[in-house]
Amino acid sequence: MPHLTDIRRPSEDDYIYCIRCGLCQSVCPTYREYLSETASPRGRVHLTRLGLQGELELSPNLFEQMYACFGCLACNDICPVGNRPAHLALAMRDVQEQVRPAAWKRPLFRGLIPHPTRMERATLPLRLYQTTGLRRLVYALGLRRMMPNRLRDLESMLPHLPQRPLRQVLPEVTPAAGETHRRVGFFLGCAQSLMFADASAATVRVLARNQCQVITPREVKCCGMPAIGYGQREVVLELARHNIALFEQAQVEAVVTDCATCGSTLKEYGELLADDPEWAERAASFSSKVRDVHEILMEIPLARPEGRLDLSVTYHDPCHLRRGQGVWEQPRELLRMIEGLEFIELPEADWCCGSAGSQLISHPQTSLKVLRRKMENVRETGAQVITSGCPGCQMQLHVGTRRYSLEAEVVHPVVLLDRAYRKR
Amino acid sequence: MVSEPVLKELRRIVGRDGLLESPEDLAAYSIDSTFAEHRPDVVVLAATTDQVSRVVALANREGIPVVPRGMASGLAAASIPFTGGIALSLTRMNRILEIDRENRTALVEAGVITADLQAEVERIDLFYPPDPSSNRQSTIGGNIACNAGGPRCLKYGVTGDYVLGLTVVLADGRVLKTGGKVIKDVVGYDLTSLFIGSEGTLGVVTEALLRLTAKPKAVRTARAEFALLDDASRTVNAILSAGIVPATIELMDETAIACIEEAMGLGLPLDVEAMLIIEVDGADEDAVVAEIEAVASICRANGVRAVNVARDEQERATLWAARRSVSPSLARKAPNKLGEDITVPRSAIPEAIRRIKAISAQQGLPIVVFGHAGDGNLHPNILFDRRDPEQWEKVEPTVAEIFEVSLQLGGTLSGEHGVGTLKRPFMERALGPLSLEIQRRVKQALDPQNVLNPGKVLPES
Repeated sequence: MPHLTDIRRPSEDDYIYCIRCGLCQSVCPTYREYLSETASPRGRVHLTRLGLQGELELSPNLFEQMYACFGCLACNDICPVGNRPAHLALAMRDVQEQVRPAAWKRPLFRGLIPHPTRMERATLPLRLYQTTGLRRLVYALGLRRMMPNRLRDLESMLPHLPQRPLRQVLPEVTPAAGETHRRVGFFLGCAQSLMFADASAATVRVLARNQCQVITPREVKCCGMPAIGYGQREVVLELARHNIALFEQAQVEAVVTDCATCGSTLKEYGELLADDPEWAERAASFSSKVRDVHEILMEIPLARPEGRLDLSVTYHDPCHLRRGQGVWEQPRELLRMIEGLEFIELPEADWCCGSAGSQLISHPQTSLKVLRRKMENVRETGAQVITSGCPGCQMQLHVGTRRYSLEAEVVHPVVLLDRAYRKR
Repeated sequence: MVSEPVLKELRRIVGRDGLLESPEDLAAYSIDSTFAEHRPDVVVLAATTDQVSRVVALANREGIPVVPRGMASGLAAASIPFTGGIALSLTRMNRILEIDRENRTALVEAGVITADLQAEVERIDLFYPPDPSSNRQSTIGGNIACNAGGPRCLKYGVTGDYVLGLTVVLADGRVLKTGGKVIKDVVGYDLTSLFIGSEGTLGVVTEALLRLTAKPKAVRTARAEFALLDDASRTVNAILSAGIVPATIELMDETAIACIEEAMGLGLPLDVEAMLIIEVDGADEDAVVAEIEAVASICRANGVRAVNVARDEQERATLWAARRSVSPSLARKAPNKLGEDITVPRSAIPEAIRRIKAISAQQGLPIVVFGHAGDGNLHPNILFDRRDPEQWEKVEPTVAEIFEVSLQLGGTLSGEHGVGTLKRPFMERALGPLSLEIQRRVKQALDPQNVLNPGKVLPES
């Protein structure tokens, strides 16, 4: 194990100001399910302090507590002192990779995720499963019921996949409809391209409809969130530099994304590269241009949609949008602009859905407990459509509708806006 | 240390799920909201009164300390297991068992979060008034164990005033039920009161029957700035003498005002000695409006420099956000703070603040003062950096001097936080030997083996 002073580690200032008031416990989804202080932000901050000060072994179980955090940011938001326990948990995963590196991570985070083409090849079997009719066969033969529960949950996470990844389909330049008022870049996220292509196609159409020329660089790479989540800080910095340079070349006034997670990561590039003299300024300038799609649509004069949608719709706040980016009014305003649409506020709309990226895979029990609370609230609304601008949340909500037999459709709000534009 | 056979038995009682043993678990359960730390030998998460009873009986038989714990947001280190043993967490006993609208009572398990109960009863226009500022991170059981107060206690009273009955697990594991759904009850000694504020040293509260009231329909809040602290103090007395009982009268001295201003930038004046936040509430809107106007004119008659009534809910929320930001905003000024909660007779507030300032100047440690002026409960917060030995060694003498001020002015050590371990050394000076002797006999009668939260409240004899 390398000496602790030689590694990249959180600064003392990130944890010594914790006054241990425990207010974070009240909003932490893992604490509220387990009611155990080990699973609370205050507990994790304390473990961090003890571990880094050498008063407690940096054991696998200590790091496991950092992985048990859902990263929903609710503790960051409520901390009266301004500490960021959720960020601290991520920083500790980075520490783990330096003192106890996990062998399986390297090929995944260095070999696969940063390479869009390899990602597309790797997910080909899933696309085939759906498009060749194999999925239909599995359902028709009742094979799905024979799957173990966990596999069934994972199977039902899968949205209807596009035949081809959107990256291969979307033109690099989409002209504005009518006059061009702005030239914006579109950051096409991996999950959007590979799984929620319809949503991103809608995003580009909606932007174009509102006088934006949309530049979608094809060489865009993963925003870096999965790598941050698994302590691969070096990988993140490489991805950040690549993406920043790419959008500098595109010369756009804003970088738009329709993925809450990508958006919150892109907005953090400035902070991530703050100590890199060559990149600090460029990264800060890039981050200042990043806009979530709801954010930019409500900033520019948004054309009122012509068509009506007679639907009851509710909205779930993705953690990375509401707390990560402070965007929560805009999606609601946007939905309310659609004629005929009845907007129903979801109780506890900003409570984590339990997706947290890969928690359904890595911590299925907790993830499903958190999901239950979400779905009980969804049921109370009786809405026909659940909207949420995050692929992770959408997959999780999809699992939820299956598990709790709700008829509701799960879509990105922009998809509804696009439908309203196209329906006359 | 807890032996393997005992662990096995504990596991049998609460299940694998209810027992935490890893070094990480023990570390997470070694703290509360003070700077004190000590790890238990094992953590038990009980789910029922029966489990608590069996765990405590076992511990009593084996002579293992049991330290009960809610959400561990106490400010007196009462829930820290300094003697090791079992940290007994009640957070999983979090059911609201009954809300009786006709008799206006709530029967709850000890681990119910106070704010959750408040939200639940307010949905049906009932009200559970005690409002410790930690109401989102503290439990009813913890509030009862420390007899928690809060700003609203001026008008509504403290936690103990709302407890009609308790289910308590005694040191030998037997389960005692006290009280009932009656407002008047003079049969026998008041055992309910005995357990309120006993900090887990006499028994483990597992259920409580609470009294509810009607939710006030109207609220008005005013902010009053005083160039002179004495004027602010006179105003508080004048308001109360005029027959007005505000829900809260909060006082911030100049040091606290400066902290709020730095944290929130509300444009508060930095050249006044004191600021009051006064809130009145009631069932009748017109009456409440008339009352807040009367409060404003009393302020004016007593040398206020400016008094403003919040025009809408948002302005009111900002005022309270400012008040609540005092304590956390201090945390940015120094890595450690020690918040005391001395209580003095109302008329002695200005003198207490003056003397505390003199202590601060003499010791060279910043002390920020705010508190509940209506009931004389002050929160002097000492700021320091524990890593600096020179500062650290001044903390204890500073605390001792503050306590001395309170006692000299006819006050007490703690209005709402409790004794825990931090105030034990001052108990004899505060209460005298006879009172302590009686209290020790009570402890001896209820917990002869000294297994329930040993080393808390009462000093060694």
